[in-house]
Amino acid sequence: MLEEIKARLDAAVPGCRSEMILNGSPSGQHSLLLDSAHAVEAATFLRDHAELRFDYCSNVTGVDWLEAQHSPGYLEVVYHLYSMEKKRGPLVLRLRTENRTDKVHLPSLTPVWRSAEFQEREIFDLYGIIFDGHPDLRRILMWDEFEDHPMRKDYVEPDDYEYEPTAHDDILAKAKQHAMGKSQEP
Amino acid sequence: MLGEGILKGLAETARNFFGSFVSKERLTTVQFPEERLPQPEAARNFPFLVYDGDDSQAGLRCVACQICEKECPPKCIFIQKSSDKKPDYIGKQQFYPAVFNIDVSVCMSCQICVEVCPFDAIEMDNAFELSTTDRFRGLLWSREQLAKPNSYFHNIHPATAAEVDERLAEAKARAEAKAKPTVAASTTSQPDSQTTTS
Amino acid sequence: MTTAPVKEATHDERAAGCGQDELLEIALGPHHPSTHGVFRMDVVLDGERVVKLKPVFGYLHRNHEKIAESASYLASMPYTDRLDYICSLTNNWAYALAVEKLAGLQVPERAEYIRVITAELTRLVNHTATIGFLTQEMGASGTPLMYAFREREKILDLFESLTGSRMMCNYMRFGGCRVELPAGWLEQTKKVVEEFPRFLDEYEQLLTGNEIFMARAQGVGILKKDLAIDAGVTGPMLRASGVNYDIRKVDKYGIYDRFDFKIPLGEHGDVYDRYMVRMLEMRESLKILHQALRDLPQGPLMDPKAKIRGFRPKPGEAYGRIEAPKGELGFYLISDGSPNPYRYRVRPPSLINLTVLEDMCRGYSIADTIVIFGTVDIVLGEVDR
Repeated sequence: MLEEIKARLDAAVPGCRSEMILNGSPSGQHSLLLDSAHAVEAATFLRDHAELRFDYCSNVTGVDWLEAQHSPGYLEVVYHLYSMEKKRGPLVLRLRTENRTDKVHLPSLTPVWRSAEFQEREIFDLYGIIFDGHPDLRRILMWDEFEDHPMRKDYVEPDDYEYEPTAHDDILAKAKQHAMGKSQEP
Repeated sequence: MLGEGILKGLAETARNFFGSFVSKERLTTVQFPEERLPQPEAARNFPFLVYDGDDSQAGLRCVACQICEKECPPKCIFIQKSSDKKPDYIGKQQFYPAVFNIDVSVCMSCQICVEVCPFDAIEMDNAFELSTTDRFRGLLWSREQLAKPNSYFHNIHPATAAEVDERLAEAKARAEAKAKPTVAASTTSQPDSQTTTS
Repeated sequence: MTTAPVKEATHDERAAGCGQDELLEIALGPHHPSTHGVFRMDVVLDGERVVKLKPVFGYLHRNHEKIAESASYLASMPYTDRLDYICSLTNNWAYALAVEKLAGLQVPERAEYIRVITAELTRLVNHTATIGFLTQEMGASGTPLMYAFREREKILDLFESLTGSRMMCNYMRFGGCRVELPAGWLEQTKKVVEEFPRFLDEYEQLLTGNEIFMARAQGVGILKKDLAIDAGVTGPMLRASGVNYDIRKVDKYGIYDRFDFKIPLGEHGDVYDRYMVRMLEMRESLKILHQALRDLPQGPLMDPKAKIRGFRPKPGEAYGRIEAPKGELGFYLISDGSPNPYRYRVRPPSLINLTVLEDMCRGYSIADTIVIFGTVDIVLGEVDR
């Protein structure tokens, strides 16, 4: 089914470079990687095509791939599409940023599926991907003054250790660090 | 007719109100501290450590394997392994917990420690009136506070406790049966690895 | 309710202007009895009409996903109870389903039946609570809510005797269920299911024909079909707008294809339809329960391949979803072969259903906004995660 959709997509959207990403788990949910320049066009095609009609965007997720897994590391957005009219799915779309630091812009698919509105805001908040064309891109779960992106794999927690009687493992490490930080302060 | 629906609804509330004087179905509340509802057998609150025999510390089933400490989702268990060994219920030399602490202000009563324990040493209690005036040390339960006798376990979860006892007795019998022939005839060495759990 | 006027006006100015062409910005919440938790609506009012409404949340955010990514697969199961804490059993099921897809586990038949029974009981629990709170928000303080809670408590007692906890059940495992039904549980459940229609009849007698209720509910907060689909609204809210989409029928996950039940649909997409769809859905759930309790087979509860300790699925990804009482609850997992998921994502129905809150409330008064908000049926544990 995915090959067929890919062939249709490549024919309908000129210049669109889509790529199939295979999935090794027994779920067999393979996905389609789109290039970000044609993503909105491709998404509109998938939504409006009379036979495909992926009119319902269920789930939008960010994934952080560090250098350790893929070189260079990148941020990824995963869209799970279903068709309410044709009662089928899921079709998994992926978009990737160029790197994890400065080139983190991706086109927003909120104009195509409004259900992505809050979820893209959440990804912006927690992963720091900037969605161009999003109508209201603000932090959603963290407060506005917050600076980092906590779902990134290399996120460093702030030193907010509180006394805990059973500190061990990483909490114990945190406690030690906290004590050290305190002794260095004047 | 306008207002018919409201009248019908009022009749319904009247039925419930007057019904509550005669029917237990409609008056389900109980006056709590004086009157108590029985707790179902499965009811769980915080974990405790089971011991056999009379000595609450020497009889602990726990062998300080630290699996529960590792698997506990909110990481509220803290165990320190002993440096020496002592015999367990089948007479095998085992470590024991020198320190076993549970911070019940962190514990979320999920029962995963009970599920992962290979020795049936930790079980769920159902006591729920546990208030204390010290929110740190008062809610950090030590090995001494956690140890409860097997009879207590039988009291609160009779079916599960009987099942556990049966399983332990079986393991013990198998261990004894295995220990005997090795003394009598060394030729019949069965590759029965299931009895040795470590 | 705290008022934050746009600019400071003197008493005389206020008396003279009195709302003409003057917009008032109000923060409804975050501590407000009708917001079901810490939820804020920043509304801009023209007189009493809502012009703009921005939902603000995150007060309960604890980064559940990050916690799950640093814990083993099993250790996240009790945390899912705390997402939508009214329906912990459906949360368990959705997570178990996603992991089963990821690892290719097969659930034995008896466990599937027990999952259906507990999930449908959860649906009853959720809808009784929602409708009870809805009447509370319309100003019927207490009485209908307490009737609803009285019935809900009977089902929570069943959960307690089965799982050990009323609300934080932590019952399902990857490849089955945790413990066998206790003695007498089936009989008790059958009794509750037999008696439940009486409550529904009484409740409908109390509310469905009530003129005040109809005046407050009919034609209020209309959600159009196209917008509902576009905005990814799911669950009873979507079906009240007339879209026939129920994941129990579409995906046929578990064993839902074996049961005979209907999908109640609304026509107008207003508050009244959302109330009625939930009422009718409870009756359909009772139908499923009757069939499941009748057909419950004997057999094992766990897939023999499933492991409690040392569970490491092969690298890959899976998205599993179920029809939770509030809508589509999905879990998206990426495994890299380690004992922790590399990526763990919850698709929360409560959060995504809130997308259309502004569209539904625009043009209505504050009092209607509270009622419309009540029919969205959110739980902040799930919105904020």
